Amino acid sequence: MQPLLPKIPLGDAIEWLVDWLRINVAPLFDAIRWVLGGVSDILTNIIQFFPPLVLIALLGLLIWLISTRRQAILAVLGLLLIYDLNLWRPFTNTFVLIIVAVLLSLIIAIPAGIWMTRSRWAEGTIKPILDFMQTMPAMIYLIPAVFFFGIGMVPGIIATIIFAIPPPVRLTYLGITQVEKEFKEMALAFGASGRQVLTKIELPLSLPSLMAGVNQCIMLAMSMVVIAGMIGAPGLGTNVYRALGRIDIASGVEAGLAVVIFAMILDSASRALGSREQSMAVRLVSRWQRRRRERAAKSVELPVAAEENS
Amino acid sequence: MSIKIEVKDLIKIYGSEPRKALSLLRQGYSREEILEMTGQMVGLGGISFEVSEGEIFVLIGLSGSGKSTALRCINGLIRLTSGSVVVDGHHIEDMSDKELRRFRGENMAMVFQHFAVLPNRTVLDNVAFGLEIKSIPLEERYRRATEALRMVKLETWRDRYPDELSGGMKQRVGLARALVMNTSILLMDEPFSALDALIRTDMEDELLNLQQEIRKTIIFVTHDLDEALHLGDRIAVMRDGRIEQIGTAEEILSNPANEYVSKFLRKVDVSKVLTAGDVARRPEEILRLTEGPRSAKLKMDTVGVDYLFVTDRSQKLKGIVTMDDILQLIAQGSRSITDAIKEVNTIDKMATLQDVYPLLANVRGVVAVLDEKGRFLGMLTRADVISRLAERGSNATATA
Ligand SMILES: Nc1ncnc2c1ncn2[C@@H]1O[C@H](COP(=O)(O)OP(=O)(O)O)[C@@H](O)[C@H]1O
Ligand SMILES: [Mg+2]
Repeated sequence: MQPLLPKIPLGDAIEWLVDWLRINVAPLFDAIRWVLGGVSDILTNIIQFFPPLVLIALLGLLIWLISTRRQAILAVLGLLLIYDLNLWRPFTNTFVLIIVAVLLSLIIAIPAGIWMTRSRWAEGTIKPILDFMQTMPAMIYLIPAVFFFGIGMVPGIIATIIFAIPPPVRLTYLGITQVEKEFKEMALAFGASGRQVLTKIELPLSLPSLMAGVNQCIMLAMSMVVIAGMIGAPGLGTNVYRALGRIDIASGVEAGLAVVIFAMILDSASRALGSREQSMAVRLVSRWQRRRRERAAKSVELPVAAEENS
Repeated sequence: MSIKIEVKDLIKIYGSEPRKALSLLRQGYSREEILEMTGQMVGLGGISFEVSEGEIFVLIGLSGSGKSTALRCINGLIRLTSGSVVVDGHHIEDMSDKELRRFRGENMAMVFQHFAVLPNRTVLDNVAFGLEIKSIPLEERYRRATEALRMVKLETWRDRYPDELSGGMKQRVGLARALVMNTSILLMDEPFSALDALIRTDMEDELLNLQQEIRKTIIFVTHDLDEALHLGDRIAVMRDGRIEQIGTAEEILSNPANEYVSKFLRKVDVSKVLTAGDVARRPEEILRLTEGPRSAKLKMDTVGVDYLFVTDRSQKLKGIVTMDDILQLIAQGSRSITDAIKEVNTIDKMATLQDVYPLLANVRGVVAVLDEKGRFLGMLTRADVISRLAERGSNATATA
């Protein structure tokens, strides 16, 4: 049957655009692929260089440092389970994918969020892009990633970044815009430069919001793991995806469980980073700061005491 | 005293197109008309004043009258549209952003209405903030900050975080943070407005005490008339981006420039502001210690009173004599009035009328006002005080 209206050749147009980009912007895509691929290979090699048990111990220690002992023990148990299930290799791949994707997301997202607070134009441009990105189903991101970067780790990272980047941008922007005007004005009144206002007022005061952004970014990246597996990014996602294809319940559940364990570890660790009380690192730093201050203050006490006596 | 800050024809127009608004303003259009015609807000419509070194200069006005704008044009946080601001001979309006930042950091410190004490820093690190901005070494920073904290009596709190502090204490931190900069100028934007009335008065007193020591040039913004009269060496009353009157508390109280100012003043509790010296009245006749009873009677008869104040050669008050006693002396044939002199309540000229009330409860309802050397300045009767209060503070006294 003849349709009522002729079909607009939208798909054709986009295909044409993608082709055009692929041909003309090819060097850029190649460079990105080369860099990301290189970095993730190196990281993977480093991580796989450690015997699993050593790495588990190191990760446990790290979590203990930034969080509580309880969380560290739980994390070690979870990682041991992953090791025991024979999923260590895919785990390390997923680990690298998450690290690279999250770090890159944050490197882009935080400056972008800051930029939005500085420029009307940036605010007006980035906001609708974020809205658009967040309304798209996650699968859609695979299309450009695959077209431009083929299959494997790199398109997996790219798709993950695109998916995970909106929350940290938004939360950076939100955190900074919620800093009270009087604080910024105070800093300026005491002679601060724009950069000092950012580093001494805006970023410290929006830290909870920033860390919430980091947490969300990590969690979204985790939720992309399985989808990234569909385009050949090595890791736990591939195992899940493969098990789905074969209706292999046993290995599907095992790989899925590993994903969940990893997600929980990342979640609690990134939360701990954000909260002041919990984190051992914060406690260490503040103790060190207090020492420094006490030492500095000691040099104050003497002349003042003399003054009071006289 | 030398002029520290000179503000001349200062105009600030908020908005993207100040040019048109400026020319309308110069043609004499009002703030509302300009807002309607151009959409530009006239923050300041041309104000001029000078502040002397070591003076507390108060800007007072209702909310929206432009006080904060004026203050921020002085330290350049807000760039003025037209006019000039000269601080220590330097034109603020000619400075580049960078020069301004330096100049501000070295010459002017500011205290804020909502304290602007950073919640993520200890008290000490809050006070040291400005020094940190200037990259002063840590040790010196803390040394100076600790000293500043001592000035505001908060040194034992220096390692605490602001959420443990009361409002008054937070503002002391704000004050210490400003003092530590060692600037000669202090800009205070409604620093005590967010505090309870009781604490506010304490803080005002403390500021005055501190000022005895530090002798800074202070511009103090407030919307509270009592506060203005209490603190200000001179006061500028602002309205809709203009200054209605500048003068000392006494000048403004006794001689309001226009209807607006006198209306504004009606809100004050005059009894807290006027001093006995302000209101004291010189009696038409005073009796010298050396004069006799007959001369006393003559003076009382001519003026039509039944008592006289007695002073010695150096104007020191000896007491009071009444008609009854004088008549008795004359009947006895006495030559001296000494035996008839009675004690009278006295009060220092700096005491406020509030302090005078209780003393007026004696038989005649009269008090002698003395200067700092104990010399007789004048007298106050209950009627004097009441009529003076009724003159202006009708609202305040009605509720008092
Ligand atoms: N950034 C701004 N943009 C536009 N109008 C402003 C701005 N800041 C202040 N105003 C206006 O300027 C006038 C004076 O404000 P302000 O100086 O804050 O008054 P005050 O401190 O006496 O309450 C007010 O009517 C206010 O609405
Ligand atoms: Mg204000």
